[in-house]
Amino acid sequence: MLELKNIYKYYNPGTVNEMCLFKDFNLTVKDGEFLSVVGSNGSGKTSMLNIICGSIPIESGNIVLDGKDITNAKEFRRNEKIGRVYQNPSLGTCPSMTILENMSLADNKGKRFGLGRGVNKQRIEYYRELLRPLNLGLEDKMHVKVGSLSGGQRQAMALLMSTMTPIEFLILDEHTAALDPKTAEIIMELTDKIVKEKKLTTIMVTHNLRYAVEYGNRLLMMHQGESVMDCAGEKKAGLNIDDILEKFNEISIECGN
Amino acid sequence: MDFFITIIEQGLIYGILALGVYITYKILDFPDLTTDGSFPLGAAVTAALISRGVNPYMTLPIAFAAGALAGVCTGLIHVKGRVRDLLSGIIMMTALWTINLRIAGTSNVPLFSKETIFKNSFLEKLLPEAVQPYGTLIVIVILAAVTKLILDFYMKSKSGFLLRAVGDNEKLVTALARDQGNVKILGLAIANGLVALSGCIFCQEERVFEISMGTGAVVIGLASVIIGTSLFRNMTFMKATTAVVIGSVLYKACTAVAMRNFEPQDMKLITAALFLIVLLISMERRKKVKIDA
Repeated sequence: MLELKNIYKYYNPGTVNEMCLFKDFNLTVKDGEFLSVVGSNGSGKTSMLNIICGSIPIESGNIVLDGKDITNAKEFRRNEKIGRVYQNPSLGTCPSMTILENMSLADNKGKRFGLGRGVNKQRIEYYRELLRPLNLGLEDKMHVKVGSLSGGQRQAMALLMSTMTPIEFLILDEHTAALDPKTAEIIMELTDKIVKEKKLTTIMVTHNLRYAVEYGNRLLMMHQGESVMDCAGEKKAGLNIDDILEKFNEISIECGN
Repeated sequence: MDFFITIIEQGLIYGILALGVYITYKILDFPDLTTDGSFPLGAAVTAALISRGVNPYMTLPIAFAAGALAGVCTGLIHVKGRVRDLLSGIIMMTALWTINLRIAGTSNVPLFSKETIFKNSFLEKLLPEAVQPYGTLIVIVILAAVTKLILDFYMKSKSGFLLRAVGDNEKLVTALARDQGNVKILGLAIANGLVALSGCIFCQEERVFEISMGTGAVVIGLASVIIGTSLFRNMTFMKATTAVVIGSVLYKACTAVAMRNFEPQDMKLITAALFLIVLLISMERRKKVKIDA
């Protein structure tokens, strides 16, 4: 279970550009929840993910993961339990290393990075098995550098790599936004499959309202650092795009545009 | 003949330096000027040890360790102090000038009458009469080859993978629950260890320590790396480390040929001019490839 308690976050504190994003923000994500987060630009979606992962500091408040306070834990420490896929496909892989080397790196997460062989030959077949269901032909290109793959192929790899080792939390930061509609669809289906198979607690930020409605079992709409809509369970299942659009327009009108 | 042997000898010695620069420049993407200080650091440590009668072969690991320590300092300044990469190197390079003088005692330490890794009673017994004149070359070839092979082995290890990843995409290293700062420090340590090792061998080959011998070391290293990696770019069977060492020999050959027509004091100008030429040529190649594609 992940809890954000009384989070305060300011940007540019102490300057004329000081801006308060989160003011006493609270959120609880239960184990096994697949939370889709929607909202306009600047509503604090990505900032929320960055706060959970420890990429940006907060002014006050607590972040509790499985009962343990991780507010002051470094980003790389938190990643022991968290996997993250970014909007930019090149952030999840190493372009100058081969597919095999990338998979081996990800496979070793949580273990020692010592002087043992980087690639375990006995695992190659396992990596192929993981890549085969993608239907992208990656299993036959094990020795090709990831830098020469397309964005969609890289994003598929990034998703596989971040969920390869046992993690508890999956953070998806608009991970289909940079892909064409067809590839985005493939990646989204793959995401859903992995989340269900591994029973991962997931937070997905997306601008695609259809994905937000179709996938996941809870939906959160954010606006100016606050949650303006939060439905789970049956209420979420009965939701359709029009309901969300209506709410979206409502907050936009409030803003005066 | 002697001319060629000297080129190969010096080229291979600088090849070890180039391997160090390869790690910082190509793998870590870190313009590390510590090189100009850690190269004479290796030499200063060696001169100090040999003058005190230490076994010359012991100078190799000790010089490497000294260089690695310098690299760790640069890394700490950059990672923990959040100083920009270029400035961290400049700070250490400047500090090392004094440190090198302190270690060596004076700005010039001759080692003519001392035993070195090239001239000692053990080696004289081991090598047959006929190959004695090539003793220095043989020792250098072995040292360069062993260094390269160890580095190759390291690059294929898990720790080596992490090092390659951190220059490529530090976010991924963080995602693997590793502190990317520590990986960078490790890389700088290995790189500067190699540079100091090169300085250690160079000072024994020249049989003298000179405080200013490091000036321009980073340029020589960069030129070697760029020649090696751009010349053999399309030869996938060749490891980058091999290419870098060959690049260093080629660069040494170029300077040696050029120097035949100039005075010794023109050395640095020629070094710089050749580096510029190498840069311009390698850029030209890149442009052509783009048009073809």
